[in-house]
Amino acid sequence: MIRLLRSGLRPYRWQIVLVLVLVLVQVIANLYLPTLNADIINNGVVTGDTAYILKVGGLMLGVTLIYALASIAAVYFGSKTSMALGRDTRGSLFRRVQSFSQAEVNKFGPPSLITRTTNDVQQVQMVVLMMLNVVLAAPMTAIGGIIMALRLNVPLSAVILVAIPIMGVFIGLVMIRAIPLFMSMQKKIDRITQVTREFLSGVRVIRAFDRTVYEEQRFDVANEDLTTTTLKVGRLFALMFPVLTIILNFSTVAIMWFGGKLIADGSMPIGDLTAFLTYIIQILFSVLMATIMFVMVPRAAVSAQRIMEVLDTEPTIVDPAQPVADVAEAGVVEFRDVEFRYPGAEEPVLSGITFTARPGETTAIVGSTGSGKTTLISLIPRFYEVTGGSVLVDGVDVRALAQQDLWRRIGLVPQKSFLFSGTVADNLRHGDVEAADEQLWHYLEIAQGREFVEEMPERLEAPVAQGGASVSGGQRQRLAIARALAKQAKIQIYDDSFSALDFATDARLRAALRRYTSDATVIIVAQRVGTIMHADQIIVLDDDGTIAGVGTHEQLLETNATYREIVTSQLGVEGVA
Amino acid sequence: MSSRSQPPAAQPGDTPRPPRGPGGPGPGGPGGHALVMPVAKAKDFRGTMRRLGGLLKTERTLLILVVLLAVVSVAFAVVGPKILGHATNILFEGVVSKQIPAGVTKEQAVAGLRARGQDRIADMVSAMTLDPGHGVDFDALARTLFLLIGVYLLSALFAWLQAYIMAGVAQRTIYGLRRQADEKLARLPLKYFDDHPRGDVLSRMTNDIDNISQSLQQSLTQIITSTLTIVGVLIMMLTISWLLALISVLVVPVSVVITMVIAKRSQKQFAAQWETTGDLNGHVEEMFTGHNVVKVFGRQQAAIATFDEQNEELYQASFKAQFISGIIMPVMNFVMNLNYVAIAVVGGLMVATGRISLGDVQAFIQYSRQFTMPITQVASIMNVLQSTAASAERVFELLDEEEEIPDAPECVVFEHTHGHIALENVSFRYVADTPLITDLTLDVEPGETVAIVGPTGAGKTTLVNLLLRFYDVDQGRILVDGVDVRDISRSDLRRLFGMVLQDTWLFSGTIRENIAYGREGASEDEIRAAAQAARVDHFVRALPEGYDTVLDDDAANVSQGERQLLTIARAFLADPDILILDEATSSVDTRTEVLIQEAMAHLMKERTSFVIAHRLSTIRGADIILVMDKGAIIEQGSHEELMAARGFYYGLYASQFEEALDEAS
Repeated sequence: MIRLLRSGLRPYRWQIVLVLVLVLVQVIANLYLPTLNADIINNGVVTGDTAYILKVGGLMLGVTLIYALASIAAVYFGSKTSMALGRDTRGSLFRRVQSFSQAEVNKFGPPSLITRTTNDVQQVQMVVLMMLNVVLAAPMTAIGGIIMALRLNVPLSAVILVAIPIMGVFIGLVMIRAIPLFMSMQKKIDRITQVTREFLSGVRVIRAFDRTVYEEQRFDVANEDLTTTTLKVGRLFALMFPVLTIILNFSTVAIMWFGGKLIADGSMPIGDLTAFLTYIIQILFSVLMATIMFVMVPRAAVSAQRIMEVLDTEPTIVDPAQPVADVAEAGVVEFRDVEFRYPGAEEPVLSGITFTARPGETTAIVGSTGSGKTTLISLIPRFYEVTGGSVLVDGVDVRALAQQDLWRRIGLVPQKSFLFSGTVADNLRHGDVEAADEQLWHYLEIAQGREFVEEMPERLEAPVAQGGASVSGGQRQRLAIARALAKQAKIQIYDDSFSALDFATDARLRAALRRYTSDATVIIVAQRVGTIMHADQIIVLDDDGTIAGVGTHEQLLETNATYREIVTSQLGVEGVA
Repeated sequence: MSSRSQPPAAQPGDTPRPPRGPGGPGPGGPGGHALVMPVAKAKDFRGTMRRLGGLLKTERTLLILVVLLAVVSVAFAVVGPKILGHATNILFEGVVSKQIPAGVTKEQAVAGLRARGQDRIADMVSAMTLDPGHGVDFDALARTLFLLIGVYLLSALFAWLQAYIMAGVAQRTIYGLRRQADEKLARLPLKYFDDHPRGDVLSRMTNDIDNISQSLQQSLTQIITSTLTIVGVLIMMLTISWLLALISVLVVPVSVVITMVIAKRSQKQFAAQWETTGDLNGHVEEMFTGHNVVKVFGRQQAAIATFDEQNEELYQASFKAQFISGIIMPVMNFVMNLNYVAIAVVGGLMVATGRISLGDVQAFIQYSRQFTMPITQVASIMNVLQSTAASAERVFELLDEEEEIPDAPECVVFEHTHGHIALENVSFRYVADTPLITDLTLDVEPGETVAIVGPTGAGKTTLVNLLLRFYDVDQGRILVDGVDVRDISRSDLRRLFGMVLQDTWLFSGTIRENIAYGREGASEDEIRAAAQAARVDHFVRALPEGYDTVLDDDAANVSQGERQLLTIARAFLADPDILILDEATSSVDTRTEVLIQEAMAHLMKERTSFVIAHRLSTIRGADIILVMDKGAIIEQGSHEELMAARGFYYGLYASQFEEALDEAS
């Protein structure tokens, strides 16, 4: 957390200094009041000088006003700084994630990255806010209190000088025990959430497998665990307040006793006693305020750690220092003996993959789940880095191209048709920002999406939600295809993008695509034989991620057992849905 | 009070909630923040609080003890300053006495002062107990201070005991509530889960209960001690001086008004903050989920620009919210200090005129500090209690939901079945006015396969819901081996069935644990065999951790198809008498599907099976086909019968399958 704060707060160091100064003013003003009160007693009350009392009273009012103004200014700059820290941290997180490759995104998972960018940052900025606005005052009040006490009376200050370290040690002891408890409490709360979430999402399965009792036990274990920890925390804190009060009160008694001796022998005026008592209360009060950090710091520390994990993760895939530029855009994709494995995995996902996909041709990839089809095509836009061999686009290793340059050449329709929230037109224009409406209609027509978009009341301006309740799965796929078409890229990749379409639409779409993409390199991952049987080359992936065969439908049907197996299974494929 | 935000009650889905403010058990922090957070109000505050109090009934004895301890602790704490003031008086009187020569009586000294025209001091001195010529009476001082030590020690001891006991009371109560809620979930009919957004139920189970927990832990003790302190301090102040007490009491309405004015303005800003937070979360979620698409379409700069804009907006809103709400503390402090100054000045004047002793003024200053703090605390706790009541209400709503009809008291014990299933005149509807199944009669002989076909969204899972008694039929009955399913305990009934759904559900745990979920006490070999049968063994072993790979929300290495395979392995392991299978549409691809088809065919052999079918081979091979459309069963029969009938099935078949057959052959 310290590391995050150190770098994150650097731009605001002057504001922080300003807050420090303002808090100092507050502390001084607050501590000056008892001194003035002492003056009232010593010089006013004891001598019965009412004019003096009123004069000092006026001064006290002035000091109070200064105190209030300084406090408000401190809150202003404190809020500004801490919220700006939050804003900056969110900004760096977002930019960092944008620079990640698929491997890094997978390492954290999108949901976790989202939480880190939002909730975790919130935790940290709140702690900084509290620190600046509440906690800073504690040590300053303590130090200021000691100074003021020393000014009034050196021997009696010994009481405060003894009391503060005792308080510090006690708080330290509680802290040492409390922080790990808070950490584990947070984990246990998360565990309860997780178990409940799983129960809710799997209620059918749980009941079907008759494992309700088992689930209840799972919950009960988590519940008991959380209760035990919370109880420990609660009991620890039950001790906190009484002990701090005792330290305070005993100091008061000590001051009365030793102060009494000093007063008796005339070495201290009686009004100073009241001032001393007030110092003690102020110091303790500010310390109590600071203990709120107990609750916040452990949580924020965990959050900060999670943030730093992201910020410390270097993208594994970066642009080469000197990218190859001016490569002609033809669209040739070549795999040369490519191997890919997840870090530390026993078996590679893909190995010995060699083929070339040429412009004007359709290359189809088939194989069973887990055979690595999606991984294979993800290597072309360099979402993952190959662990052996190389992938070439237009004769250049993808690792030698600038990523923007590489992506510009690729039109991708992902397996899960991801649309942005916005209108239909917004989404299509992601492919081509400048496309006119007529062009958009044209792309929709090829993607077999014209009809349903025309039926929507707002047509091109119809809203598309990100979760996508407004459009069906098949419609989403067609919009994603139209979006990719709008990009007019030389390399078109369709990752199982026709699965939600019925056969007739699928067939019409493929026919339209063939006409439209006559000079592009088309790479299709598909399940249906019907979708791929007309491809110029079909690459059959085996279970273990190697190529089982390459050829046309007819060739493979004759020579390749794996392919034949797939085709025979296709009778009646995907029918009713 | 720690700041606590109550996010909007309705949670869309499982999206990350707006972060809660710092909470958790802890000592009362600075009052104020909680005053200004937008708070979800309970519909019936009193009723809910009463019911919440009812939860504490089992702890009644301890609670009474807690209150008694609090009374004692507060009483001692409140008396403290008064005794301290007495000590001050001893000192002051000592100082004054010393100045008067021995042998001179107090009256003489006063008269002397008056003679010199020092009426004020004379008044002051005449109000004192003096022992002229002697200095400070240290014996008396020591006695007073020992009394004080005793009082403070007892006060702290009782305060500690009270908090210690209260922690136990609160946590036991919360444990019970959480358990009650969890057990309730187990008894709720499936309809509840189908009708309520998951995020909402989850939020009731976690955030709301946490909220109550924190309230019980801190607010309850605080409200007891704060109220007692206010009363005690007020009494003590009145015994000292009604005038000074009046000045202190004036603080109350002033603070309330100030707080309300500021709180009103800052609530607006907090609302804006939550709103912009929502927007930003939405954008972040979208961009992170569509990471690759954003990249390939070169939208990164645009994404960053939008983010920056929203981020800046959020910054502005949250800065304003924090600033305005942050003002409350300093302003309250200002008011407190004004009060302090007023007491110092007026008190000083009163001492000077002898109407009050110095010790009393000193005591009063301490009291006035003790007075304002609990007032701010009570104010903020009232707000916290509002949010607690809202949370409690949501939890109670859950607890009050109608439960599943309990199992019949005398259930027929079922361990295995032949798999003869009969539906007799079954009618069913989810919603009152839309009948789905009307008068359905069906007889499935042991070992037969029933295919359920129809377009997406035709309600093909309805029958599954009825068979497994996730829902009960409205009319008619379902018989397993001639026994009404309502006469079989749900757990016995469900154990007869094995199920693979499209909606793959795996829990966070290792792959091994997830497969083993199919049957309690399965051996490692059985698990591996099941994985091999589901053709998932290769994939699992390619993972870095193999069977020990932990599946959780973040496990992006496991695709939807692979998850499906794992659930199939789980069903293999369960080895049920009756099979319910939801044929995969797209997530499991053809080649794997072939292997699974074979394995399933093997599994279905000798077993009665219900298949939500998409594949022609399955449909044609089925003994009975149920054709569904728009939630209702519209046709029933064998493939040949249905084709001959030339109805909906015929049309479906002609349009969807013939083309596929033509293309593929």
